[in-house]
Amino acid sequence: MRTVTDNDTIAAIATALSPSGISIVRISGPEAFSVASRVFAEGTKGGLANVASYESHTAHYGRIQDGDGRPVDEVILLMMRAPRTYTREDTVEIDCHGGVLVTKRVLEAVLAAGARLAEPGEFTRRAYLSGRMDLSQAEAVAGIIGAKNELSLRNSVRQLRGRVREEITEIRAQLLREIAQIEATLDDPEHLSFDGFDEIITTQTATQKARIRRLIDTADDGRRITEGIRTVIVGRPNAGKSSLLNALLGEDRAIVTEVAGTTRDTLTEEIRMRGITLLLVDTAGIRSTDDAVEKIGVERARKAAAEADLILFVVDSSAPVTEDDRAIAAECAGKPCIVLLNKTDLPAAVTAAETEAFSAQASGGMIEISAKTGEGLRELEERITGLFFEERIKADDECVITSERHRQALLSAEESLSKVQESIELCMSEDFYTIDLTAAYEALGTILGEEPDEDVINAIFAEFCLGK
Amino acid sequence: MNIPEFQCESYDVAVIGAGHAGCEAALACARLGCETIVFMVSTDTIALMPCNPNIGGTSKGHLVRELDALGGEMGRNIDRTYIQSKMLNRSKGPAVHSLRAQADKQRYTASMRKTMENQDHLTLKQAEVTDLCWEDLPDGTKRVTGVKIASGGIYPCKAVILCSGVYLNARCIYGEVSQYTGPNGLPRATHLTDSLVAAGLQVQRFKTGTPARIDGRTINYEAMTPQYGDEPVVPFSFTNRSADIAHEQALCYLTYTNETTHEIIRENISRSPLFSGDIKGTGPRYCPSIEDKVVKFPDKDRHQVFIEPEGEYTNEMYLAGLSSSLPEEVQIRMYRSIPGLENAKIVRNAYAIEYDCLNATQLKQTLESKLIHGFYSAGQSNGSSGYEEAAAQGIIAGINAALKIQGREPVVIDRSQGYIGVLIDDLVTKETKEPYRMMTSRSEYRLLLRQDNADLRLTDIGHDVGLISEERYAKFVKKRSAIESELTRLRETILGAKESTCEYLRSIDTSIIHTGTSLAELLRRPEMTYEMLAPLDPERPELDAAVIEQVEIEIKYEGYIERQKMQVEHFKKLERKRLPEDIDYTAIPSLRLEARQKLQALRPENVGQASRISGVSPADISVLLVWLGSGLKG
Repeated sequence: MRTVTDNDTIAAIATALSPSGISIVRISGPEAFSVASRVFAEGTKGGLANVASYESHTAHYGRIQDGDGRPVDEVILLMMRAPRTYTREDTVEIDCHGGVLVTKRVLEAVLAAGARLAEPGEFTRRAYLSGRMDLSQAEAVAGIIGAKNELSLRNSVRQLRGRVREEITEIRAQLLREIAQIEATLDDPEHLSFDGFDEIITTQTATQKARIRRLIDTADDGRRITEGIRTVIVGRPNAGKSSLLNALLGEDRAIVTEVAGTTRDTLTEEIRMRGITLLLVDTAGIRSTDDAVEKIGVERARKAAAEADLILFVVDSSAPVTEDDRAIAAECAGKPCIVLLNKTDLPAAVTAAETEAFSAQASGGMIEISAKTGEGLRELEERITGLFFEERIKADDECVITSERHRQALLSAEESLSKVQESIELCMSEDFYTIDLTAAYEALGTILGEEPDEDVINAIFAEFCLGK
Repeated sequence: MNIPEFQCESYDVAVIGAGHAGCEAALACARLGCETIVFMVSTDTIALMPCNPNIGGTSKGHLVRELDALGGEMGRNIDRTYIQSKMLNRSKGPAVHSLRAQADKQRYTASMRKTMENQDHLTLKQAEVTDLCWEDLPDGTKRVTGVKIASGGIYPCKAVILCSGVYLNARCIYGEVSQYTGPNGLPRATHLTDSLVAAGLQVQRFKTGTPARIDGRTINYEAMTPQYGDEPVVPFSFTNRSADIAHEQALCYLTYTNETTHEIIRENISRSPLFSGDIKGTGPRYCPSIEDKVVKFPDKDRHQVFIEPEGEYTNEMYLAGLSSSLPEEVQIRMYRSIPGLENAKIVRNAYAIEYDCLNATQLKQTLESKLIHGFYSAGQSNGSSGYEEAAAQGIIAGINAALKIQGREPVVIDRSQGYIGVLIDDLVTKETKEPYRMMTSRSEYRLLLRQDNADLRLTDIGHDVGLISEERYAKFVKKRSAIESELTRLRETILGAKESTCEYLRSIDTSIIHTGTSLAELLRRPEMTYEMLAPLDPERPELDAAVIEQVEIEIKYEGYIERQKMQVEHFKKLERKRLPEDIDYTAIPSLRLEARQKLQALRPENVGQASRISGVSPADISVLLVWLGSGLKG
């Protein structure tokens, strides 16, 4: 049986295991100082230290030794006494030189000295159990860890503060009112009646369902914030799609050749641009072809375009417009799309009339670029960020769903309200409405943490990685 | 008072009180083979109905049918003694259909007395219990050792079930009149409360009330609307068929109060002990006096009054909806302002009664005390109101006392299994501040906990315990399998889109079918009934009406039932998370202070129960879950 009071001492590597920078091994628990004392020797020559004697929140230079007294690494040790720590337990952090092997050996020494390897999320779990944070803050911590960019980070921190919480609280209050009305009337038919209730419940259900739908729709924006905007580069073969990708990435990632049809598969690259993330997808050139392999690539390109948040349609301005170009333009209709008139460094072969025709079809307008010289790329960046964020998401109006868990809960609430509408249409008696009204109410409650639910807790802590 | 003590014979179980809780508790213990003694103030008042003359009603009818499925007596007793019976809420869904019967009060009492007197292992004793006897155990808890009666007699026993109803330090009040008696002028119990308090039990004071009884010869029924019983009647007990209990039914009547009535009440409200402050006990919000209703619903220009016969051998008529504690003189004027009651003579006036009852949060789900081993409490002594609520607790307390003595596992019915479970869980979990009345809204899984399927839900438990005979159980199993096979048959029998089929469907005003369609799919149509399907289903077996009813409900409401079952699954997850008995909640810093205190005091058995304690928030429950290990991988 685990109890709060007799926690053991845990340790883990608290930073990402990458070859560069500093790595931190974190130790937390009642034995943190004695464990550290068994492995930490002071200065360059000193003996094993008495870490417990240090003043709290001080840094100390020294070496980590293994059980045989052999030095493992030169380190800075941070000593933090409870309760002013992340877990509210005694905590030691060892800043190592980095390097996967060295950090692992430091951790091994600490484990050999009596600490237990922490499970993923266990530090945060302890922080939570010690009362340092509530569940939504823990969930936000998970969000911060997973954040890929600034906007996403901002959203994690403000998760469920403000508008989303308000909105969901309000929807729940409305649902609860209808549930209470039904229950009260069933229990006291003498004094209350269902006269006129069908109209009220019909309107209410539709209204609340629409509000939930609006929140779900923002989840797409939310996904773009956390995961990135799926940006698909299309165009006929040799229009310069891969060159554009490379120009945006700033490195030669996609293979660029003069032979049309070189990119036979789709490539995905992630770039950060002014606080947002783009998931750039390079595709095979789209054209009618008899080559079996190329055909598959073309199919995949079409599919990628269909699922895109944004299409960058690359047109070779140095060659006459072809049927393939027009076919692609038709497929892009109705999607956010920017037409890129590429190869402006070469003499133009596309006519002004053709340019205008494309420009009119694309919702994101047209930009002249040269992937080769970099001309127009800055304008492209501005256009993309403008298209997605400056207009649609105001900085202080973050009524946006960023968590997949929240989205699922909203979908489930929406589904339940559809069932209520079904019941109304089928002229079921009022006591049937409450089954699905309650389900919707509870689903929304899981978002706010107002419905105790183990699955939710597991989902939240499952997002943590080791050492957090 | 120094009455010499003397030793009497030992029993397994002593039941204090022979009201509706006491009878069920005593019968359950005796039927399970425990030597049982039941004490009562008068053997003439066994299963007395001192208030309304009916059994059942909204959600209370569910309790009676569940009680019957467990092997209780109330359902059979009312089937023997009813004078009118009705299924309420028929216009609503099956979840809120509720059976209610008017009882012949005298015959109800006499019939239960006969059952009690002829029960093996059961001894009846007219005596006031004055003391609970107990011993202290080394771990700081206590164990009952017996009871002492007013004459000084000590009855050693292994378990005591308190079913003291409204008798503990009772006081009846109307206007300025105060009488220190139990209901109906019966003697009250003046010593037992002190003994219970000395044993460490917390006691609170509740209040309830009853309307006047009128001489039926002085009522003008012409001015009222007659209320008829159902034909055919639905029996309460699953052991009875409608034809077995059918007989001519009595009439009830409906009339209304009016502005004059309300004016009389308002003018004299200060003389009502409820409003003058003379009554300190808390009354039931859901069974209010007419004074309460007039004050609470000032816009209502009338309230219903049902005139109900008290029995076949009396002219007394009960005025349902007019419970009051106004002075008698005001009562007379108030009643006479109502159409049909202009010349009414009051036989017994309305009064309020206040009494001591326990804080039921000191009980476990088995209704055993958390402090005193072998001490159980059921009925109004737990703060409930109503005959049915009392009886339902009585059988559970009786069963668990017997099982404990026999060294067997206790029986707890959870909220997803029955209204009995909802009732007991609410009583022992939520601090009841007023007499607790059962209501359909208190149940989360109403559609599953219907009155029509109480036998399907609980007969297995009653049989396992030993209160359902093999013969009865065999019949039940047969019914259950008949339902199963008919459900399967309806789902698997496919009708082709033949012209003759479509012609019939058109003739009964429902849309035709275009491809093969199962009988179940057709039955699911709102306008369709099992009966209407007959011409398309020549192969159908001969089935009992009760089987057809289940099949019809199961198929018609399948989607809803499935969704509710999912909600139950969700609910059970938290119920299965047991909280160790020795948790020190005060040492969990992330719990809010109020939650720490409440959890420490109530010591819930599982996380689900913890979540229903007022003052424990969802955030606190999350803490408990994480504390118990949720969120850990592997």
